[in-house]
Amino acid sequence: MTMGAIAYDTAHLIGATVLMMGFGLLYQRRMTAVIRTYSLQAMALAAAAAWQAYIQDAPHLYATAAIALLFKGIAVPAALQWLVRKLGIHRTVETALGIGPTMMAGVGLVALSIVLVLPVTENATALTRESIALAMSVVLLGLLMMITRRNAVTQVVGFMALENGLLLGAVGAKGMPLVVEISIAFSVLVAMTLFGIFFFRIRERFDSLDLAYLETYRGERQ
Amino acid sequence: MTALLWGIIHTWLVVGFAPLTVGMVRLTKARLQGRRGASPLQPYRDLWRLLQKESVVADSASWLFRSAPYIVFVSVWLAATILPTVTTDMVMTPAADLIALVALLGVTRFFTALAGLDVGTSFGGLGASREMFIASLAEPAMLMVIFSLSLLAHTTSPAQLVTFVLSGHVGLEVSVGLALGALLMVAIAENGRIPIDNPSTHLELTMVHEAMVLEYSGRHLALMEAAAMVRLLLFLSLITCVFAPWGIAGPGDGPLFLLLGLAAWSAKVLTLAVFLAIFETMVAKMRIFRIADFLGGALLLALLAIIFLYVSEAV
Repeated sequence: MTMGAIAYDTAHLIGATVLMMGFGLLYQRRMTAVIRTYSLQAMALAAAAAWQAYIQDAPHLYATAAIALLFKGIAVPAALQWLVRKLGIHRTVETALGIGPTMMAGVGLVALSIVLVLPVTENATALTRESIALAMSVVLLGLLMMITRRNAVTQVVGFMALENGLLLGAVGAKGMPLVVEISIAFSVLVAMTLFGIFFFRIRERFDSLDLAYLETYRGERQ
Repeated sequence: MTALLWGIIHTWLVVGFAPLTVGMVRLTKARLQGRRGASPLQPYRDLWRLLQKESVVADSASWLFRSAPYIVFVSVWLAATILPTVTTDMVMTPAADLIALVALLGVTRFFTALAGLDVGTSFGGLGASREMFIASLAEPAMLMVIFSLSLLAHTTSPAQLVTFVLSGHVGLEVSVGLALGALLMVAIAENGRIPIDNPSTHLELTMVHEAMVLEYSGRHLALMEAAAMVRLLLFLSLITCVFAPWGIAGPGDGPLFLLLGLAAWSAKVLTLAVFLAIFETMVAKMRIFRIADFLGGALLLALLAIIFLYVSEAV
């Protein structure tokens, strides 16, 4: 096997690990397990960025990897764990849809993203095609997570996973400027802080983080 | 000629080696739990003791109950002889493929469940119904794993699969990793290991396999236990054959290569047995209705493996 093939296969494997963690998020039901899985996904993302930095010979991607590892792999999960403990919801298990149907929908979304990516990238190399397909699947799985969960914290984790997918697509593409990545990373941090404040506000108002209460409040459901 | 010879040797090797594998799992688990544990040779003594004992059969049992242990043991044994563990050049290997192996395991399960129902005790029926519930989820996942591997290698024959992987045409494919994950999950379910079923319990609420063989004693029980041991060895060998076939001798290799193959196989299987024990110590048993999620996950992993084969244009 040549060096290029190994570089290609490893990038592919790390991308698939990020995707598997996306499925792990859908499979987990307990709050702390969801946050731990999210942390693992961010670490896999950091590995993907570092590997791309190595094979593309692009030092600024190492900075991306470091940001992903420190902020998303450690800081954000730690903050979420603290929030969950503070709010006393670390034992909550609730999903709007069962695990089985959710996973089915997840595989359907992966197939959908592949079907979408294949015709668009006919002229691209197999590596680009696969990394785009993988990144798009991670984004769609994040969206699915936001749809199927009823708790505000797990919905936020879904949003963060979606952003991981965006970054996975971005590090695979050549010539992504560092400034864009840093600004994305910081806006996620800001969003995280805002979400934290919102959690407390929602709970103060409804005594729960179940967003079904919000629907009745808005008059959508009696 | 050598194919015939190795076929015969391998047939007995599988039966001879299976209790040691189980003994190894039990010993490792005992050590991890802070007990001294019995010697890895204990399963041989257990089987021997059971064979000496009189076998008591319930009054309500039919011929099915008596014949089921023999059918079960022979079909698992037959399935185990298909796998090219030491050398690909064996007389049984070209006779059947991996789909036939799944069918033979299906026969085993069918007769175990029937025997559980036959006596008419409530535990037997409970065990049989749970076993069928698990089987209906595990079998599609297993077949899907086999389909993904055969799409990659263009064959369902285990010997040709081994040759294909050894030839180095397949790199670090994502699909192979996904298929491995799915097969590991299926193997845990099919052997009734910990998150699915606990092989060392007689607690009424949770047992599956034990509930079905509860009425057996003496030589019938010995056969049922031996069948379970051979099945564990079969799954461990299947995983090593397909995903880590290094060391398996090919046709025309000398006796030195065959000895090397034997050493590599036993080392790989025992290593996997130790890992299985570590995994079983780490996880807690699942509630029965979580099994559907677990095995659904295995099916979806295998499905993803097939999808990714098409993306990476490996097909």
